[in-house]
Amino acid sequence: MPRIEEELEKRRARRAYVEGVGFDPGRERRAEQRARQLLKSCVNAEEWAMYRDLGFVRVWGRNADGPERGGTDRTLEGAPYAYLVYPHKPIISFLPQTRQLLSEYCVEFPDETRPYGSARLPDSDDVLAKWMALTGDERRLIATANMHLPGRQVDPKQIRRDLWRLSEWERARLARDRRSASGAQA
Amino acid sequence: MKFLRMKPGHGEVLLTEGDPAVREDEERLVAAFREQLEAGMWAAVPEAGPSGRRRAKMVKDYSEIPTDAERVIFFPRAAGGC
Repeated sequence: MPRIEEELEKRRARRAYVEGVGFDPGRERRAEQRARQLLKSCVNAEEWAMYRDLGFVRVWGRNADGPERGGTDRTLEGAPYAYLVYPHKPIISFLPQTRQLLSEYCVEFPDETRPYGSARLPDSDDVLAKWMALTGDERRLIATANMHLPGRQVDPKQIRRDLWRLSEWERARLARDRRSASGAQA
Repeated sequence: MKFLRMKPGHGEVLLTEGDPAVREDEERLVAAFREQLEAGMWAAVPEAGPSGRRRAKMVKDYSEIPTDAERVIFFPRAAGGC
């Protein structure tokens, strides 16, 4: 009997909520689910599908001369470069036509109030924060970020593979759209 | 109009909501907006651009919020990382 009591005591101790120990997988999962819904409600349908299927979002650059050289209001149209936005990873700028990697922009959105002991936003909130900052004020975000050459944080092989996955994904999506359009006409 | 704030370990939380056309509501919204910016938040309004593509408008003052905005999202300001 003492042994059963001992085991029960150990079991209670294992399951007990210890205040101040931050990480709760269930809470984090629920937070991520909320963040995904918010992201979905803000971005374009294509961007949401991209994130859902591939795990990142491509955001087109708006300064035609490139972010580090700056642009003018007249050159905001057109997009010779774009960014890949990953959760909690640097933003990667690249040239879509050649798949040449340009830079890594290391940027974070730390919440210093640390409501649950962590300053880290859920993954999808981090992506949404980057998306809002890039589409809303690209220059300010890029000026805030620490810029590095490609390969410092994220393996260029992985990025090139993601760019290939993106092109395949777009091809499949386009084919699907064409099929559904021709089906609707028939 | 709803004011939402991203929060670690939670996702977004509703800070306050109200009708900007109603004076009491607007005062509450203005106070909440100032409080968030003073706490170091950035504010953005998701919207559709002229071409129909969605984008965000960053707002630094309550008066910059479009009158037809349904929500303003507050998130921690960016800092260089890595």
